[in-house]
Amino acid sequence: MPDFADIWYVLFLRDYNTRLVVICTILLGCACGLMGGFLLLRKRSLMGDMLSHATLPGVGLAFMLAVSLGGNGKSLPILLMGAAFSGVLGCWAVLCIRNHTRIKDDAAMGIVLSVFFGAGVAVLGLIQTMPEGSAAGLESFIYGKTASMVASDFQILVIVTISVLICSLLLFKEFRLLCFDEAFAAALGWPVKFLDLLLLALVTAVTVAGLQAVGLILIIAFLITPAAAARFWTNQLDRMLLLSALIGGASGWLGASLSAFFPRLPAGALIVLVAAVCFVISMLIGTERGVLVRYLHQVQLKGRIGRQHLLRALYEILEGGRSQGELALRPVPFRQIRGRRTWSDAHLRDYIRRAYNEGLVEAPTKDDSIQLTVAGLAEAAHLTRNHRLWELYLIEYADVATSRVDRDADMVEHVLGEKMVAQLESKLQTYRSAGSLVPESPHPIIPGD
Amino acid sequence: MQNEQTVISPKSLPLTIRDLTVAYHRKPVIWDIDLTIPEGKLVSIVGPNGAGKTTLIKACLDLIPRSSGEVSIYGQPYKQARQRVGYVPQRESVDWDFPVSALDVVAMGTYGQLGWFRRVSKRSKALSMQALERVGLADYAHRQISQLSGGQQQRTFLARALVQDADIYFMDEPFAAVDAATERAIVEMLKEIQERGKTVLVVHHDLATVPQYFDWTVLLNMRVVAAGPTDEVFNQQNLRRTYGGKLTLLTQAANEVERSR
Repeated sequence: MPDFADIWYVLFLRDYNTRLVVICTILLGCACGLMGGFLLLRKRSLMGDMLSHATLPGVGLAFMLAVSLGGNGKSLPILLMGAAFSGVLGCWAVLCIRNHTRIKDDAAMGIVLSVFFGAGVAVLGLIQTMPEGSAAGLESFIYGKTASMVASDFQILVIVTISVLICSLLLFKEFRLLCFDEAFAAALGWPVKFLDLLLLALVTAVTVAGLQAVGLILIIAFLITPAAAARFWTNQLDRMLLLSALIGGASGWLGASLSAFFPRLPAGALIVLVAAVCFVISMLIGTERGVLVRYLHQVQLKGRIGRQHLLRALYEILEGGRSQGELALRPVPFRQIRGRRTWSDAHLRDYIRRAYNEGLVEAPTKDDSIQLTVAGLAEAAHLTRNHRLWELYLIEYADVATSRVDRDADMVEHVLGEKMVAQLESKLQTYRSAGSLVPESPHPIIPGD
Repeated sequence: MQNEQTVISPKSLPLTIRDLTVAYHRKPVIWDIDLTIPEGKLVSIVGPNGAGKTTLIKACLDLIPRSSGEVSIYGQPYKQARQRVGYVPQRESVDWDFPVSALDVVAMGTYGQLGWFRRVSKRSKALSMQALERVGLADYAHRQISQLSGGQQQRTFLARALVQDADIYFMDEPFAAVDAATERAIVEMLKEIQERGKTVLVVHHDLATVPQYFDWTVLLNMRVVAAGPTDEVFNQQNLRRTYGGKLTLLTQAANEVERSR
């Protein structure tokens, strides 16, 4: 096992052997994160996958061409140009199939992806049989071979990352509009096709530049995962892209560093696994859309609705059909509250316990009766008033039939805040019966058993 | 040629369509549309499903290729008149889960004036805020758009068209799936736009409200069945020619016409 000093050395780029590789994967991660954000929102994730698989035959053919012209078959720029060319050719094939036949997008991509990848494998096989074919190393494009990255990889990655950064900064507004509402963008006169092509070109550049590091099978995960993870933390596009780039960069950094300690584990896989861990963590605890946050909101909402139902039920029972004059506080049997709604004993007891903790009801008496406190009565009157104002509003303004009002109101009133209620109140002054703070219910209330 | 063009589509007419045919996959969707809309009208475009209402609007905005014919807006082709046109697409045409706020969406209406590379300016944001206030959504400006109700989303789209500050508006089903209160708010707004001398074309589904909301009507079913002032063209005979034999719909609408007179 590596000791602490080794880890320190690699993580903080002190180690000469791994420094270049780690910097390369960090750059690639940032570029992938940025482009992945747009790709995800443009709903072109599969397109990215198709593109990366379609690069393989280009790599092989470029090698063969270079060798047959007497050049160095392993010159990186030539191989990457071949990769980019066949990747774009794959995209073009998908568009052709989609536009000229009745085959849908996903099927078209599936066909092109597998055909191009198969062709690529066949070409690599052919190269093995060539006499000059010292083709060893070409298959590293499939799974990636981070350790083999050299200075020329670094240069290419710097160029790609800087172009991606500049384009996203300059064209942030344009790309946002394109991804959100293409038709509107076109109506405003933006060259939608050009912007789409530019986006595709940038994704191609990132994909091709990343072939050496993570390989063409895994690059799509590096593109999409950081962006998908970032989406759980924010609802703003600029922050999402920044975070996505950070997560991508961090995944590249940690993944490549880890593979320095475990030489048998390929860096590409480790990078993707680190990104996946970030994704799972974000999915669980992301502050905007994480599973946990959503669950907590749900529980809170349920509790709030239950509390309101309990207080309103108590108020309506006390009211007992009268709407004039002061209501007297008196204990209400549990069974009678239970009969007001379709709620289970356990839930109702839970709501009562919480109301007790809030000081809204007295402790249950021996004969299982519940009594509101003075504060509880005030709160109950307030809630009931809001509810009825809203019901009146619905009847008055929205042409909703009386029989449907209660259900609708139950949904919206817990969503609307105090402010809306104040507006309703001013609109509905006339409906208040004099002398009572709470207007009458617009429909007959069925008393509990 | 130039002369002929100006005679046929004078600059005072917001929209002139001649011989417009649009076909998808060799199947024509709209046939030989000839249409002239006078200035300052609130126009409904009605017709059965698949009648080509959305196609008509999209063809006017150069969003889909035309098979033949021409469209001129204030006497000019769309490309040159773009600044004078506002557009409200169907609400379902976009992903409302997109990470932007209501204000961001409204500000998109100013992108046309902003031009390449420029960031959304303070002025754009202020104008967008004013538009949100006009549709009653000022309090929701910084909400993410998925947290808005359907009616609020629709009003966000309307606000975006308002900041375009256009002379002619194309709206694709702004009343689809909105509650009655929002519908009334939208109608108020349309009337307000009309009072300022602007022209509004609305794809509309609810026949019962046509005579009440719109003063000009286009009945469309692949071709223009009738077009003109609502009280002249919106009658049972034309409706039958548009909708065929769907009698329940027809009687309902006809009753509505009778009542509104």
